Amino acid sequence: MNIKELLFKPIFENNPIALQILGICSALAVTSSLNVTLVMCIALTSVTACSNFCVSLVRNHIPSSIRIIAQMVIIASLVILVDQVLKAVAYEISKQLSVFVGLIITNCIVMGRAEAFAMKNAPLPSFLDGIGNGLGYSAILIVIAFIRELLGSGTLFGIEILKLSTEGGWYVSNGMLLLPPSSFFIIGLLIWALRAVKKGQEEPADFKMTANTKAREA
Amino acid sequence: MSNKESAKKTIIVSLLLCAVCSIVVSTAAVLLKPAQQANKSLDFKRNILMAAGLLDAELPVETQFEQVVTKIVDLDSGKFTDQFDIESFDQRKSSGDSALSTSLSGAEDLAKIARRENFAKVYLIEGEQGVETVILPIKGYGLWSTLYGFIALDADMNSIVGMGFYEHGETPGLGGEIDNPSWKAQWVGKKVYADTGAIAVEVVKGKVNPQASSAQHQIDGLSGATLTSRGVSNLMRFWLGEGGYASFLQNLKNGEA
Repeated sequence: MNIKELLFKPIFENNPIALQILGICSALAVTSSLNVTLVMCIALTSVTACSNFCVSLVRNHIPSSIRIIAQMVIIASLVILVDQVLKAVAYEISKQLSVFVGLIITNCIVMGRAEAFAMKNAPLPSFLDGIGNGLGYSAILIVIAFIRELLGSGTLFGIEILKLSTEGGWYVSNGMLLLPPSSFFIIGLLIWALRAVKKGQEEPADFKMTANTKAREA
Repeated sequence: MSNKESAKKTIIVSLLLCAVCSIVVSTAAVLLKPAQQANKSLDFKRNILMAAGLLDAELPVETQFEQVVTKIVDLDSGKFTDQFDIESFDQRKSSGDSALSTSLSGAEDLAKIARRENFAKVYLIEGEQGVETVILPIKGYGLWSTLYGFIALDADMNSIVGMGFYEHGETPGLGGEIDNPSWKAQWVGKKVYADTGAIAVEVVKGKVNPQASSAQHQIDGLSGATLTSRGVSNLMRFWLGEGGYASFLQNLKNGEA
C-alpha cells in the first residue's frame, strides 16, 4: 500500500463515519461549534495515529489472549496525555470538550484501527493509517459542525455570519441544530449523498420486496 | 510463536506495558501540573472580574486582579474571619466537610445543594469611599448540573453590578443561554431587595412587564429553559437570603463586617 492510499482512502472511499459507521457518539456531541470540533479532530487524529504506531511496534509481542486489553492500555495512556496537554495549553477549549476527550478511549475508530490494521502492519503504515482515518473522521465532523454552527447559532468559528433575531437581526436560529440529535440527520444525509455518488458503498439489501403482490386470504 | 502465548510471556508483557504506560502518564501529569493550575486560577480570576464588569481583554488578568481584595466570611455571624489562610482555603472542598459546613433541611435548601459551607471567600473592590463592589460566589442546581458562578453587588449592597456562571452543564442553546451576554446584561442594575428588606430578585417566566413596579427586581426567563431559569432564581434567593450572605451584606453596609 502506498502512502497516498493510506492517507486519503479513508476520507471518501472508506470513511470511518460514513462507511464504517464508527465514532458516531462524539460526532453527535462535539459538533455544535467549529472551534471545539477542530480541537476534537486534532486530538482524535493524534491519538489514532500514535496508538496505531505503538500497537504496531509491540504487535509481535502481544499475546493474543490479552491483545484487546493491551491495546486499551496504550490508547488510554495516550488519551490521558492529550487531556493533560489540552488542560495545560488550551484551557478554555478543554473546558468545553470536558468529558469528550476522555471518551476518545471509547471511540470505536481508535480501537477499530488498532485491531484491524495496526496488529497486522508495520509501524509506519499503521501511523499513516491512523492519520488517514483521523482525517476521514475530521472531514465529516467539520462538515457537520459547519452546518450546525452556521444554522444553529448564526456564527462560524464564533464569528457572526447571520445576525440573530435575538440580537436585532433577521435570522431566527434553528435551535434543534444546537442539540446532538440534529447530527443524526446530517450524518444520515451525508451518507445518502456519498452513496448516491459512490454506488459501490451501497450495501446489498437484506431482503427484497416482491412487486405487486395480491392480497390473499390467509 | 508458541512462546508468545505462554503464561509467563503474557504476564511479563502486561507488566512491562503497564509500567511503561504509567511512567508516561505520571510524567506528563507532574510536568504539566503547574501550567494547568495557573490556567485554572486565571480562569477563576477572569470570571470574578467579569462578574464585576471590570474585565478588560487587553490587559493581563493578573494585573487587573490586583485591585481585588480577597476575604473570608463566616456566613453565620456575617463577619470577616482570619481563621484560614486565604490562599489555601478551598471553599468548594469545604462544603463537603462536616466540620466546615451545615446540612440544610428540605425547606431551607432552595438551591438544592444539600450542604452549605460555613465560610465563603468573597472578593471586594475598594475605593476611596470604602467598598465599591462586592463579588460573592454562588452555586445551585439547574436542570442537569450544579451551576457555579459569581454575583457582584454595588456599594448599596442592593444593586446588581453583574453576574455570571463559570461552570455548568446545562443544555447548549437552552439552559446554556445563561452564558448569553445579552441575558446577563439584564441583571445589571436590578435590585436584590425590596423596600421591606425581603428578597425580591427573581427570574420570571416569559418577559418582564416593564410597567410593573416589580420590574426592577425581575429578569426575563429563558425560553425553553424553565427549570434552569427557576434554578438560577432559587439559588439567587438562597445565597442572598438569610441562609446565605444577607447578614454579611447588612454588616458590610453598616461598616461592621
